[in-house]
Amino acid sequence: MPSDTAPATPRPPASRQQPASAPVITGAEAVVRSLELLGVTDVFGLPGGAILPVYDPLMSAEKLRHILVRHEQGAGHAAEGYASASGKVGVAIATSGPGATNLVTAIADAYMDSVPLVAITGQVFSTLMGTDAFQEADIVGITMPITKHSFLVKRAEDIPGAIAAAYEIASTGRPGPVLVDITKDAQQAEAPFVWPPKIDLPGYRPVTKAHGKQIQAAAALMAQAKQPVLYVGGGVIRARAAEELKTLAEASGAPVVTTLMARGAFPDSHPQHLGMPGMHGSVPAVLALQEADLIVALGARFDDRVTGKAALFAPKAQVVHVDIDPAEISKIRTADVPIVGDLKDVLVDLDAALHAAGEKADIAEWWAYLRGLQEQYPLGYAPTTDGLLAPQYVIQRIGELTGPEGVYAAGVGQHQMWAAQFIKYERPNSWLNSGGAGTMGYSVPAAMGAKVAQPDRHVWAIDGDGCFQMTNQELATCAINKIPIKVAIINNSSLGMVRQWQTLFYDGRYSNTDLNTGHDTIRIPDFVKLAEAYGCLAIRVEKAEDVDAAIQTALETNDRPVVIDFVVSADAMVWPMVPQGVSNSYVQYARDHAPAFSEQED
Amino acid sequence: MTTHVLSLLVEDKPGLLTRVAGLFARRGFNIESLAVGVTEVPGLSRITVVVDVDELPLEQVTKQLNKLINVIKIVELDASTSVQREHMLVKVRADNQTRSNVIEVVNLFRANVVDYAPDALVIEITGDKGKVDAFLKAIEPFGIRELAQSGLLALGRGSKSITERVLRG
Repeated sequence: MPSDTAPATPRPPASRQQPASAPVITGAEAVVRSLELLGVTDVFGLPGGAILPVYDPLMSAEKLRHILVRHEQGAGHAAEGYASASGKVGVAIATSGPGATNLVTAIADAYMDSVPLVAITGQVFSTLMGTDAFQEADIVGITMPITKHSFLVKRAEDIPGAIAAAYEIASTGRPGPVLVDITKDAQQAEAPFVWPPKIDLPGYRPVTKAHGKQIQAAAALMAQAKQPVLYVGGGVIRARAAEELKTLAEASGAPVVTTLMARGAFPDSHPQHLGMPGMHGSVPAVLALQEADLIVALGARFDDRVTGKAALFAPKAQVVHVDIDPAEISKIRTADVPIVGDLKDVLVDLDAALHAAGEKADIAEWWAYLRGLQEQYPLGYAPTTDGLLAPQYVIQRIGELTGPEGVYAAGVGQHQMWAAQFIKYERPNSWLNSGGAGTMGYSVPAAMGAKVAQPDRHVWAIDGDGCFQMTNQELATCAINKIPIKVAIINNSSLGMVRQWQTLFYDGRYSNTDLNTGHDTIRIPDFVKLAEAYGCLAIRVEKAEDVDAAIQTALETNDRPVVIDFVVSADAMVWPMVPQGVSNSYVQYARDHAPAFSEQED
Repeated sequence: MTTHVLSLLVEDKPGLLTRVAGLFARRGFNIESLAVGVTEVPGLSRITVVVDVDELPLEQVTKQLNKLINVIKIVELDASTSVQREHMLVKVRADNQTRSNVIEVVNLFRANVVDYAPDALVIEITGDKGKVDAFLKAIEPFGIRELAQSGLLALGRGSKSITERVLRG
């Protein structure tokens, strides 16, 4: 036996000794009270058998507003939209079995986009678990790969600790979804309520303060670089570090690109901003990354939609990679200077180190090249070939008439890309979308959640006709609960992005992409009638001259949701585009400028 | 690809093994062997896992494992600075003609006979991978009827203790 076996003193387990004053309440009441004490003011959910006990005290809760959704997926996305618009933790509640599995898509979405989300689900009685009981599903097991962490709670006294820990884990470090699954007997049982509970997470210590030496090294590279780019990802928004980013960017003078997740992290109006990089990024942004000699990645994760074929991405660049999640660093692209830390602190440290680094290399030539690209390849769109309404125009006008104080939640597909391109974002948390997961149906419930979090802002759901048909049932929730969101259906009567790929890569064979909601179709469903049935103000727009008036009406209507069916051309395509699986050097400005796409692998 | 031995200090929580195993499967990493058991500290378990990956993917494995909330500490145990043992039970054909030859092999490898039947013996052997493999090769001609093997167990040499360092820190 080794000689120095001093008795190891384990940390005491979470203390269960209560002060005499701890009130004895049910587990269900503990759920509600814990949420209230954590400062949660709004939750989205739908009751069912295994979560029924929680819904009883919820009815009389004074500080906690519960919004009854029509589908649990809606609750999940609403909580995401709530979180993404405000930076607060979003909370969704569902029952066991199918209630819980309906949350899965939203949980996966939150995991991919690092959204702080606490999902609370009811579970069958602990005595019935494992017996295939009615509405039983192993939701902890199902969600293990798509949650930051999860808890299965079987005892009432463990509820406050689990919910507090879930909240802590969801909102700190790299944010993400945490599931708390609570058996019905734990909800019904009584236990002394101790607050604050002891949170015992010995394995959870997010690094926030970065290594000084690495900061120095990064600053030195930044000072020497002749072709630097700040590659800004969604982490800057989650870290609430937009101001710090602006300071550093201006100190460095380097061009800035903001990924799909980072739109708004740096003002679009800023002269150093080149726009969005990636598959549908602006030509200057794509080529700035590709030609750079230094990429400073800030809360970005070198997603394949940004890098194109990763092996050919930015061949000349050294990489400084800053992220709060060590696992992101050197996952796709090896970092020359890895920095693990909270961007809010790191950006300040980097700025200071950069000032101390002294003389900076001249980057005028780099800027001349980029300005040339900007001039030659401005973001734009061609008139539609069929003379029908251009979707890009509609989206651009929504942005221009609503302004940067609005919130824009997109679905997934062409309209999402156009909304990322043609709306000008000036502030963080104004652009919400499903970036990593690409969840069709995100928009309407996310906009609903955003409107609950930010009732004084105009909140738009920029949706497609395909996406809208996946989650529009939440219009009922919006209408009944006075959550006046504005929905712009960019109705091209098809699954547009898939159709675009069929146009480009499948010889125009439109297999199963027609939705029959637009021009010259039977229009099932009729979106105007549908929206009216849901108690919304509904408008149909088919001509460019009617676009502004409809948007104005929507902006002036705040007593109910508004749905505008913008019936647009089905032939409009998203440009620029880097075909999948090739180097970003092959970015195509428009179809005319495209080489033979057919060679490219999908 | 090279073999790496990782020693994970983990909180003994329900589902922990699923979290670890699921992570390996999800990220496409292959587990060569796995051993789970208690430690000297109540509430903490140790998982010894052998993976066959290159240096860079190994870094990803370690980082991803570290993200699991219930994983407290991970160290890679190098063969030269740690003790590594496998444990195996082998049921070998052995009758009156062959038994003494089998026992000779058992003695050569300092293995033990732990069960006797007129036509078979159960043998236990402990050692590093090389020794266990060599033993198997030697015993194979007699006829192996059944075999059970533990995952690799490993501890760093010397007086240091991972657990202790974690609990102090």
